[in-house]
Amino acid sequence: MKIHEYQAKQLFAQYQVPVPDGRPAFTVAEAVAGAEALGGYPVVVKAQIHAGGRGKGGGVKLAHSPEEVETLATQMLGMTLVTHQTGPDGRIVKKLFIEAGQQIAKELYLSLLMDRATATVVIMASQDGGMDIEEVAAKTPERIIKVYVDPLMGIQGYQLRQVGFGLDLPKAAMKGFSSLLANLYQFFVASDCSLVEINPLILTADDQVMALDAKVDFDSNALFRHKDLLELRDLDEEDPMEVEASSYNLNYINLDGNVGNIVNGAGLAMATMDIIKNAGASPANFMDVGGGASAEQVENAFRIILADPKVKAVLINIFGGILRCDVFAKGVVEAAKKTGVTVPVVVRMEGTNVEEGRQILADSDLNLTSASDLADAAEKIAAAVN
Amino acid sequence: MSIFVNKDTKVLVQGITGNEGSFHTRQCISYGTRIVAGVTPGKGGQKMDDVPVFNTVAGAVKETGAGASLIFVPPPFGADAIMEAADAGVSLIVAITEGIPILDMVKVKNFLSTKKCRLIGPNCPGIITPEECKIGIMPGMIHKKGHVGVVSRSGTLTYEVVDQLTKNGMGQSTCIGIGGDPVNGTNFIDVLSAFEADPDTHGMVMVGEIGGSAEEDAAAYIKAHVTKPVVGFIAGLTAPPGRRMGHAGAIISGSSGTGEAKIKAFKENGIHVCENLGRIGQICKEVF
Repeated sequence: MKIHEYQAKQLFAQYQVPVPDGRPAFTVAEAVAGAEALGGYPVVVKAQIHAGGRGKGGGVKLAHSPEEVETLATQMLGMTLVTHQTGPDGRIVKKLFIEAGQQIAKELYLSLLMDRATATVVIMASQDGGMDIEEVAAKTPERIIKVYVDPLMGIQGYQLRQVGFGLDLPKAAMKGFSSLLANLYQFFVASDCSLVEINPLILTADDQVMALDAKVDFDSNALFRHKDLLELRDLDEEDPMEVEASSYNLNYINLDGNVGNIVNGAGLAMATMDIIKNAGASPANFMDVGGGASAEQVENAFRIILADPKVKAVLINIFGGILRCDVFAKGVVEAAKKTGVTVPVVVRMEGTNVEEGRQILADSDLNLTSASDLADAAEKIAAAVN
Repeated sequence: MSIFVNKDTKVLVQGITGNEGSFHTRQCISYGTRIVAGVTPGKGGQKMDDVPVFNTVAGAVKETGAGASLIFVPPPFGADAIMEAADAGVSLIVAITEGIPILDMVKVKNFLSTKKCRLIGPNCPGIITPEECKIGIMPGMIHKKGHVGVVSRSGTLTYEVVDQLTKNGMGQSTCIGIGGDPVNGTNFIDVLSAFEADPDTHGMVMVGEIGGSAEEDAAAYIKAHVTKPVVGFIAGLTAPPGRRMGHAGAIISGSSGTGEAKIKAFKENGIHVCENLGRIGQICKEVF
């Protein structure tokens, strides 16, 4: 689960990770009042969306007066911000963050993330702050410092020094940096983060270190023990269809193709999308109803797919294991009765109780095309949309 | 022969009295698995059908000599259940539970490194040696005894592959789902090396997906250490970057973890790549 920069900085502050003074603003009036409350100019007006690259997209601007804040806030609120991470459609800006301007001596990069291969928390740092870190890693890997922290041991003093000296910080900034990194690590593990990224981390003219940006992603599987963090979820940043699907515990991702699909199991669902693409069509979504879906969940899944105007045909691919084919078929029939089916539907079912499942579909009077195997299903779905 | 489990494996089930636990325990028993005990804290002394239930794994192991554990407990207690099994001396732990926090798994991995045991999963369908022993939730009837080893990060996708193998006349030595989480126990290389050493496994199918670099690491290992033929498949070539595709571990982060990179690694290391899932049975027939 991602959160906004302003929310991340509020959490940083709770953990004594230095951040500039700032105020969130949801209206132009709040933006002006927030800027005035900071007690001096310039201030930075920052669009709050769940995507990086905001500066280049025109979502981060400097203001030298309340009037300028008003102009910028009016422009930004409601604008569609397109960055390299939002895709071509961009995101509508609904929230701003007004922050005190800083005297920047140097921009650095700092991040913490879970490393899958070593099962440790890895700290990455670089003197090349403000740049795309993947680009730095590709072109000048020697300029990236990596330190692996064993979560059973926690972060050690020598590791803080390894990063601090690696960044070639001035002596006067070293103590402040060590404390920032130690506190950031505490925040990371205490909140079950999967990623914390500060780009840039700045060194100020008076040798202070400070998080100028903040990107935080939490491990969704751990949110059951962080009810307070759950409140930071911003549904405005999520696709409404995805929000609805998630309320039924369906794994759904909205894509831009025209073949809707419903599958049980994440791996098979991905493979089914690939099959659709191979057949010359393109998937409208990823939909995994899960291993043990109920008829009701299946019904909701089918209804969500059918409600999507870009869907021109639907491929249902079920390998019944725990989810029995008869339970699945009942869900499909219920949804079809309630919603009505106006597009071709190809069904491929295999596994537990497949005969009962096929019978239920055959008895339903629904106009379904059944496929004998995956190759057959791919051909039939391609024929339906082309 | 087979790897990790056979008809003599004695299994206990953690979370046996829950819905999923009791359902799948019955399925495993009817497949022929020797389920000797169940564990549900507070329900010691009861029975689930004919299976005695214990309060602790240590108690169950002491009374029954179980050497493997099948775990169905809810995600908040998953890590604890795995560590309890390891501490009780269980040598093979199969964790079906989906949704264990990654930081919990990191701690589990560290803990297990001090124990002599193997963890399969979590978030996996389990392991089956056809017609001998099923420790997991896969539909038993699609499997057939034979000589192809199957290893996969997925559940239903594995069933699809196994079904096509069986329908094309190729039985399996052992099939293992290593799980869809970013931090798991047994990895591809552990399984591939065991298949390589197993005289009854003549060829292998490896089913990967986007996210992480386990497939790339396995491909390099295969080139250096595996002499038997390997067929590889990768799911998620059409997945958008930055989105979690159902499995916690199936995510392309920046430029890492893409399907293209994995297929390239497969091809460069002598693995027979299947690019169309509908044909994997046919391709295996040609290769093996």
